[in-house]
Amino acid sequence: MLEFQNVSFTADSADILRNVSFTVSERFVAVTGPNGSGKSTIAKLIAGIYTPTSGKILLDGVDITDLSITERARMGISFAFQQPVRFKGLTVKDLISLAAGKVDGKKISAADACAYLSEVGLCAREYIDREVNASLSGGELKRIEIAMTMARGSQLTVFDEPEAGIDLWSFNNLIDVFRKMYDKTKGSIIIISHQERILDIADKIIVVSGGEIAAMGEKNEILPELLKGSGGCRFTASRKEDC
Amino acid sequence: MALDPIQLELLQQVAGLHEVPQGAYSLRINGALHGKNSSENITIEKKTDKPGIDIYIKAGTKKESVHIPVILSQAGISELVYNDFHIGEGADVTIVAGCGIHNGGSEKSEHSGIHAFYLAKGARVKYIEKHYGSGDGSGERVMNPTTEVYMDEDSYMEMETAQIKGVDSTDRVTKAELAAHATLVIHEKLMTHGKQFAKTTFEVSLNGKGSGTHVVSRAVAKDDSRQVFLSKIHGNNRCSGHTECDAILMDNAVISAIPEISASHVDAALIHEAAIGKIAGEQLMKLMTLGLTEQEAEEQIINGFLK
Ligand SMILES: Nc1ncnc2c1ncn2[C@@H]1O[C@H](COP(=O)(O)OP(=O)(O)O)[C@@H](O)[C@H]1O
Ligand SMILES: [Mg+2]
Repeated sequence: MLEFQNVSFTADSADILRNVSFTVSERFVAVTGPNGSGKSTIAKLIAGIYTPTSGKILLDGVDITDLSITERARMGISFAFQQPVRFKGLTVKDLISLAAGKVDGKKISAADACAYLSEVGLCAREYIDREVNASLSGGELKRIEIAMTMARGSQLTVFDEPEAGIDLWSFNNLIDVFRKMYDKTKGSIIIISHQERILDIADKIIVVSGGEIAAMGEKNEILPELLKGSGGCRFTASRKEDC
Repeated sequence: MALDPIQLELLQQVAGLHEVPQGAYSLRINGALHGKNSSENITIEKKTDKPGIDIYIKAGTKKESVHIPVILSQAGISELVYNDFHIGEGADVTIVAGCGIHNGGSEKSEHSGIHAFYLAKGARVKYIEKHYGSGDGSGERVMNPTTEVYMDEDSYMEMETAQIKGVDSTDRVTKAELAAHATLVIHEKLMTHGKQFAKTTFEVSLNGKGSGTHVVSRAVAKDDSRQVFLSKIHGNNRCSGHTECDAILMDNAVISAIPEISASHVDAALIHEAAIGKIAGEQLMKLMTLGLTEQEAEEQIINGFLK
């Protein structure tokens, strides 16, 4: 179980998150809210890329607030970036192998790599030896990023807007990917998303607005409110895709 | 005479060989020709007027290779060697050169090789050259290779050079002249550390109509090392030329990249690119979220970059 206790985060003297508290014990939690509301900041705080200015972060009751990115990864936290990183010279296979824990130069088998890639709708034969560099499109990178988290198989996986840049056909498959993950996972999945269909498979929805939690609760309670739009709503959430 | 373990290790590092090679080869150890072998299509002759060899590859020779490694395992040797490669019309061969220096002493060890390639019409060459240094003696390991390439019409040469470890000082010069429709592709990989110094100079003259070149360098400089990359392309006809230097800078190292393109023909299309920077923080972070330490992440990024 992941727990945020009164977490605040300030950068360049701007308050980006204020007193954020929540728990994630459900299998599938969606985080939504307008652009710039602080969703990615929450993801980076979970992964250890940012450290809270105040407050505590606990994983299964252990205080991880001051642990490094590496330590948290080794405790079972996975993070698929909103903007995946490109590497000159490292191939799809290299990255999936590293994700699967092979740091000593050994590579995962072609069959395993293919299984992860075909899950995310990429033809393994075409992609396995491609460099993860500027020649890949944004949508391809996003899918490789998802394949990497599958190879990690962590107890807590955070996806930051996995649908961004992915076309409609692939999007349908993506929903299936998350459905499958939902069935298989023994841990928790946190997805930051604006997409109704992703929110619809969540157990719990957290709505972030202006660096604070505007609403939080079971899907059945939150989703109808969100879909009503801003008129007369007690919280606002943009359903536009981030650009 | 059998090779000792240090010599075998050097041979493995520079030529990927576990033993004295089969087929055409020339092996030079500690300043003298250790052994050579010609094959039906490839003749290797010792020069009579100066140190070095002449290598003659018959016209039409296909898919054969020549190994010409040089090994210095005694400290204090300095040598200057001339190797000339005559590649016959339409031949298609791989040439593996390389120099390994083990210096366990306090005196300087130095190898300077002057390699000249003469490619006849339609000849194709893949030339691989690796430099490697080992040994913890205080004596410097110095290599100063010069490569001259003369390419006749429709010939093609691919040159891969790598110097990843242990060479204290290098001054590499590569010059090429290309006739019509000849193509030269150069990939250089370089990593320096400690107080090493490496300078590379490429000068490619695109003289023939339709000739072309790509000169691509990937470099990593660590610690207090210094690198200078000079690349000149002269476009003297309708031709295309591209030079690219991509470098990762670490610690207190210094890199200068000085690309130069000059054209004397309106249909010469020449491009140069050079980028120097540290490892991107987000790359380190991504690999750390996969469970790697910062050092492991750095290693993976550099290994991939120089692969
Ligand atoms: N390291 C940082 N330094 C300064 N401002 C930041 C930093 N990280 C995020 N922000 C700002 O905090 C706000 C929330 O960003 P983010 O969490 O990326 O929003 P979201 O993911 O909800 O679109 C934005 O205004 C962003 O510019
Ligand atoms: Mg975001």
